[in-house]
Amino acid sequence: MSWGWLIFALVFWAGAYALNVWLANSPWRQTRAVRIAVPVIFGITILVVWQGLVRGLNVPMVILPAPSDIWLRMVSSVPTLWEDFVQTFVKGALTGYVIGCGAAVITAILIDRSKFLQRGLLPVGNFIAALPIVGTAPILVMWFGFDWQSKAAVVVVMVFFPMLVNTVEGLAASTRMQQDLMSTYSASYGQTLRKLRLPAAMPFIFNGLKITTTLALIGAIVAEFFGSPIKGMGFRISTEVGRLRLDMVWAEIAVAAIAGSAFYGAVALIEKGVTFWHPSQRG
Amino acid sequence: MKSIVPILTVVAAIVVIWYGAAVWMNAQWAQDQAARAEVELTFSELVTDTLSQERPRLPAPHQVLSELWGSTVEMKVTSKRSLIFHGWITLSATLLGFAFGTGLGILLAVGIVHSRAMDMGVMPWAIASQTIPILAIAPMIIVVLNSVGVTGIIPKAIISAYLSFFPVVVGMVKGLRSPAPMDLDLMHTYSASKGQMFWKLRMPASMPYLFASLKVGIAASLVGTIVGELPTGAIRGLGARMLSGSYYGQTVQIWSALFAAAILAALLVGIIGIIQRNTLKRMGMAQ
Repeated sequence: MSWGWLIFALVFWAGAYALNVWLANSPWRQTRAVRIAVPVIFGITILVVWQGLVRGLNVPMVILPAPSDIWLRMVSSVPTLWEDFVQTFVKGALTGYVIGCGAAVITAILIDRSKFLQRGLLPVGNFIAALPIVGTAPILVMWFGFDWQSKAAVVVVMVFFPMLVNTVEGLAASTRMQQDLMSTYSASYGQTLRKLRLPAAMPFIFNGLKITTTLALIGAIVAEFFGSPIKGMGFRISTEVGRLRLDMVWAEIAVAAIAGSAFYGAVALIEKGVTFWHPSQRG
Repeated sequence: MKSIVPILTVVAAIVVIWYGAAVWMNAQWAQDQAARAEVELTFSELVTDTLSQERPRLPAPHQVLSELWGSTVEMKVTSKRSLIFHGWITLSATLLGFAFGTGLGILLAVGIVHSRAMDMGVMPWAIASQTIPILAIAPMIIVVLNSVGVTGIIPKAIISAYLSFFPVVVGMVKGLRSPAPMDLDLMHTYSASKGQMFWKLRMPASMPYLFASLKVGIAASLVGTIVGELPTGAIRGLGARMLSGSYYGQTVQIWSALFAAAILAALLVGIIGIIQRNTLKRMGMAQ
């Protein structure tokens, strides 16, 4: 045990906490800089305390590696991490996400004309969306083989129903008055759909798209636990855990976290461009 | 009530499509067997064969149902092959984790609502953490806790607690903030203390939000527990049934474990829904 690290961690934590409390109650708390600074300071504090505790208490690497170890591992194994990223995220998650969300939106538009189908499909869709769908992973791996196709299939199944429910809800979002206006213009069904109802559905569609970003990544990673070629984030996590190389596991998790947040952020950015008219975006 | 007919139609359509798919997907194997035995299969023979294979690519619905029935009702609960036994293993870890996760989530939400520093510091991370595939760390938690000597129900419960934690935090913060300025002002005119404000206004007002996030949270906990059972080659629990089924090509076993998990999830969400309805009704908040 080395007291230096422990005391350093404690002092840093106390100092950062005091700084945050001061910042949060200071007159500048509404400014953008402070709004960003406070969570950043909090995040750095966690990293420093983590580092201090691991070093100070001599926690062995097989239980919890220090952030610096993880960083070194990340820097030194960029090619592996990149290969896993491409396999899991680009091939598995992204392909499945595009196919699943696209299919869901198209299905929603197809069943849009039939009230009967909607009344039947929506409760079923809602029900399925709440089920532990990751459980289908072993079945789909059996059907589509070990490579990325099976991962994409799991992602398709996972994102389809949440997306379907959101899109159907969105297509119902335009008001009676607006639809009446379209019919006084003698707009056809297709015109009403394209010019009024799809744009009005966009906030809902993007809500679905944002929820499903996380699901897509989870699906792709968990499906790899059931069998995969010798690359991929889920494969790497489960095998490196077995070899007790936890710094590599944490590096892989850091990549997954960054990829997940970036994916979400990208969808949110597109949303900002598409639904600029919505109250939640005008701020 | 008028949705019953459409729902049943959709479910019936799914079953029909399922049977069709089962015939189509299992046909190859049946044809191969027939070719090996040098017999020609008529269409009806093909259909009967595809719907009753030992290890089909896609088991027919009645096979899954009979396996479910056989492994729940007809088997002793203590048997290693009983799905009720495995379901209970999974359920107990889920409930333990859910209770922990919800409790901690509510505590953190209370802290966030009362401390501006925590709000500004923690809240962005709580929201950002929803975009992170948390499930990826499940195998690591299991193995690390195993190596420190913690085994059994606790590691799985930690994963499921972790998964139910964040939805509850986000929902509760929203709920505790939901009283309108007018209501808060009224409490001020009564010169209510912070504690009274919390117990008599914020807490009751947050209930609808709490229940909404509990429903999300319990579904997430169940998924967490199932995934937590995968990596270590656990031998008990629904996740372990799926894993061993996928190792030995026992498709019927995978499907029945999947259905058991689905039924369990539906039951848990349904129970919370009932509690929600009764609580909100007693509190006079039901619509």
